[in-house]
Amino acid sequence: MKEYKTITEIAGPLVVVSDVSGVGYNEIVEILMPGGERRKGQVLDVSKNTAVVQVFGPTAGISTTQTTVRFIGETMRLGLTTDMLGRVFNGLGEPKDKGPKVIPKEKVDIAGLPINPYSREMPNEFIQTGISTIDAMNTLVRGQKLPIFSGAGLPHNQLAVQIARQAKVRGTDEKFAVVFAAIGITHEEASFFMRDFEKTGALENAVLFLNLADDPSVERIITPRLALTTAEYLAYEQGMHVLTLITDMTNYCEALREISSARQEVPGRRGYPGYMYTDLSTIYERAGKVRGSTGSVTQIPVLTMPGDDKTHPIPDLTGYITEGQILLSRDLHRKNIYPPVDPLPSLSRLMNSGIGDKKTREDHKGVSDQLYAAYANGRDLRSLSAVVGEEALSATDRKFLKVADEFEKRFIMQGAYENRDIETTLDIGWELLSILPEEELKRVKREHIPKYMKKKSEIDQKK
Amino acid sequence: MAKEEGRIERISGPVVEAYLPEARLYDVVRVGEGRILGEIIKIVGTTSVIQVYEDTSGLKPGEPVVSTGQPLSVELGPGILESIYDGIQRPLKVIEEKAGGVFITRGIEVPALDRKKKWDFKAKAKKGDKVKIGDIIGTVQETELIEHRILSSYEGKIETIASGKYTVEDELGSISFEGKKYPIKMYQRWFVRKSRPVIEKFPPTIPLVTGQRVIDTFFPIAKGGTACIPGPFGSGKTVTQQSLAKYSDTQIVVYIGCGERGNEMTDVLTEFPHLIDPKSGKPLMQRTVLIANTSNMPVAAREASIYTGVTIAEYFRDMGYDVALMADSTSRWAEAMREIGGRLEEMPGEEGYPAYLARRLAEFYERAGRVRCLSSEDEERYGSISIIGAVSPPGGDISEPVSQNTLRVTKVFLALDASLAYKRHFPAINWLKSYTLYEGGLSEWFAQNISSEFGPLMKSAMAMLQKEAELQEVVQLVGPDALPEKEQAVLMVTKMLREDYLQQNAYSDIDARCEMKKQYSMLKTIMKFSERSNGALDLGVQLKKIQELKVRGLIGRMKEITNDKEFEKLDAEIDAGFDELVKKSCQADKKGNSYERI
Repeated sequence: MKEYKTITEIAGPLVVVSDVSGVGYNEIVEILMPGGERRKGQVLDVSKNTAVVQVFGPTAGISTTQTTVRFIGETMRLGLTTDMLGRVFNGLGEPKDKGPKVIPKEKVDIAGLPINPYSREMPNEFIQTGISTIDAMNTLVRGQKLPIFSGAGLPHNQLAVQIARQAKVRGTDEKFAVVFAAIGITHEEASFFMRDFEKTGALENAVLFLNLADDPSVERIITPRLALTTAEYLAYEQGMHVLTLITDMTNYCEALREISSARQEVPGRRGYPGYMYTDLSTIYERAGKVRGSTGSVTQIPVLTMPGDDKTHPIPDLTGYITEGQILLSRDLHRKNIYPPVDPLPSLSRLMNSGIGDKKTREDHKGVSDQLYAAYANGRDLRSLSAVVGEEALSATDRKFLKVADEFEKRFIMQGAYENRDIETTLDIGWELLSILPEEELKRVKREHIPKYMKKKSEIDQKK
Repeated sequence: MAKEEGRIERISGPVVEAYLPEARLYDVVRVGEGRILGEIIKIVGTTSVIQVYEDTSGLKPGEPVVSTGQPLSVELGPGILESIYDGIQRPLKVIEEKAGGVFITRGIEVPALDRKKKWDFKAKAKKGDKVKIGDIIGTVQETELIEHRILSSYEGKIETIASGKYTVEDELGSISFEGKKYPIKMYQRWFVRKSRPVIEKFPPTIPLVTGQRVIDTFFPIAKGGTACIPGPFGSGKTVTQQSLAKYSDTQIVVYIGCGERGNEMTDVLTEFPHLIDPKSGKPLMQRTVLIANTSNMPVAAREASIYTGVTIAEYFRDMGYDVALMADSTSRWAEAMREIGGRLEEMPGEEGYPAYLARRLAEFYERAGRVRCLSSEDEERYGSISIIGAVSPPGGDISEPVSQNTLRVTKVFLALDASLAYKRHFPAINWLKSYTLYEGGLSEWFAQNISSEFGPLMKSAMAMLQKEAELQEVVQLVGPDALPEKEQAVLMVTKMLREDYLQQNAYSDIDARCEMKKQYSMLKTIMKFSERSNGALDLGVQLKKIQELKVRGLIGRMKEITNDKEFEKLDAEIDAGFDELVKKSCQADKKGNSYERI
């Protein structure tokens, strides 16, 4: 281990150390403050005798004369063990709850290695989240990365928690765990998550990493990687099915930009670094299923779109990497509809591999497509009727309008603790479709109509 | 060039600077104790700047750097087909065995071609034959579908050659030239950044039949042509690319997943072996080469993947095959250039992309073309490379540099449209924004091979679709019923064109690929319906009656038709339906008139 007292420059989160030798790229350093306090950092750039170190934590108090920098000689590693389940850590992986120290079974580089595309297995196991708009129309499957695109003030956290609470693969009793990474969220939000995990007993199968809004922003670069390293360990070494929630990726990208500008790099779009796509991919691509292991890593990152703008670099680059997106709509939220998932711009790219006979139900695809088309048509007609008046619409068009309204009220809207199984969801779908004349139902299979559609009279009878 | 050893001086992400006084630009080097692969991309004095194809964590200044004295090259020979490579032609299957797990660990050295497998070589050239570079000296049946033609890499006289079972490293014989003897092997190397020479390039006159109606009919791509598919995420770029890879009428497909999603590559990997080539009944994989450098794999290898892919494509073209090259996505490639450019502290051009972006894109697309392959005078051989590149513009806005520079060099523009995708209209190719510049060159082929009617039919269908866009604006304001019946009829027909012609189900067994002849029959049917309804309207038939015609439902299901007979039947039914309407209308007219008279 080498120690130096040769800091020559301090700028933002970066420290330049001179006259060093044998320092490795990405190596971890310890910074000993004059008062005895220790901080961690990582080597970002190294040349023959200078190293640029990114400090995790505030750089306040670091001086060029009285601060010691110690090079550890290895890259950032995380100690891993199954005892981590049920524990809460800070953004650097140190225990934050009052529990004992974790004794690791193995130490792993948190940067992770890319999964060989040849070794991947196609994700195709349906995860029932109990939320109709996701299960029926944007189906989540094991090993998928499906982000929630939200905006400030929308209930994405409630939705994320509800998914974590309810998600399960039907008919199996396999080991299941939740890894939760909070990046730059407020104390209030963090305690909301903690309370909910404790209340529902989910905490004992969960590992939490919390980097809060007042924690150093540079730590935010590390937090999601700690979470994913843990998730990969639980999945591929312990054979568990791991659901990873990461909130909020927007804060992560802000931290990335901060460091990039401190390094005086050439900025890309809106000041975000040009390598942000590659950087984000090293987080998102750590979801998947691999051959020869029973476990899987499913990722649900949450991000808030600045100004609800889907073309902002953060949601844009995310959308190019992830397999779809769940988009929350401010309009639906204003109408008091929870969860305000707008099915039209939402998408699950792996949906088709996880639904159908034996996986969900044979009519799933048809119902989903038909509902989608009907709702899209209804929404178009809604804006048309705002201009020409509802009276000017044909009888069929008025039925589509009604479907769109009912769809929002009965299909999209559900309780925060309401866990609908896929059959219930699809049955509600059929009820809505029964409003339409049968010849308009072009996307469902003809033979499914008599089999699944409950006649209005039957529904009334049931009531 | 002798091998040269130097020392690392600086490391910053994938860029390493090293002291290598006699290095040559673009030579491949081995970096550090772990001997990871890199390429020299800049030389300043005695310092070489190296882009490294693997993760550089843990590298230290002072570690050795060894130059191989060779630029980045690929191995070309039997064993390429059915392979799946990373961006620098390392077979991922072998990497898995060597790494002993699902992750790609660092510093794995594996040959691109299997050194142990024995191939059955059939000599075509004989002892004493004079051969030129590019002549076929023998063949290997590489897969059931593809005969691998071994091309001579030397000019000279064949001294010895023998058929038999060989590995790629074995000597099959020798060639002498100006007193020197050269061994004949089944494989050769080629530098990826240099295009392989040809005798002549031809203007494109033959269409690349993709089996996708919207493309083949309205925006045809030529064999040897270039096309770009820009679109925001979720608009179906990858599905379109994959459909083209599966169904276009080329012998070889090279699919480059450049900065792609891992699971998407897995989808390709699991699906292609199960897909059956419609002509031969053999798995499609037998004529496919996959290059997968997913987004989280090293960025420098992503930059190289495009060159690796196109060089392999050129090699098969030189054998006289038609090759389709899919690059998904060139934006990720451009971003890799930007990222490396940024690390080199180059002065950036537009939006941070390097100033040479336009040149690189143009160079890449220029490697497409239909050519006369390099060979002796008497050995005439033609091959082609068609390049179809996906572009992922940020926010779907194609005013950005990658899209714009791509549009300048590609001849077909297939505009993917998110709003069509939202409507579940697939392939979500916008027929108003897309264009092709091959139409003129290909019209003769269509007239000769399909029908002289095809061009005019296509034009009138397109005119109607354009008319629809105008009418839709009016409809938005006043509702459809306010239009005259003739214009409502246009909307009726364009709805059929959109739903029953342009939309194509990539997941349907029958509809996923639509033959040219069938496309013509389908288009003819709809346009006939249009013509007859216009005629009927003139004779006073109400539009409502036409809309109620039963035959409309049959047209809606014609995608599933598999033989000509059924189209003839459909044609007859249209006539019958309209004849009936016209007859009734005339009778009603007579009655009406007679009432009036009373």
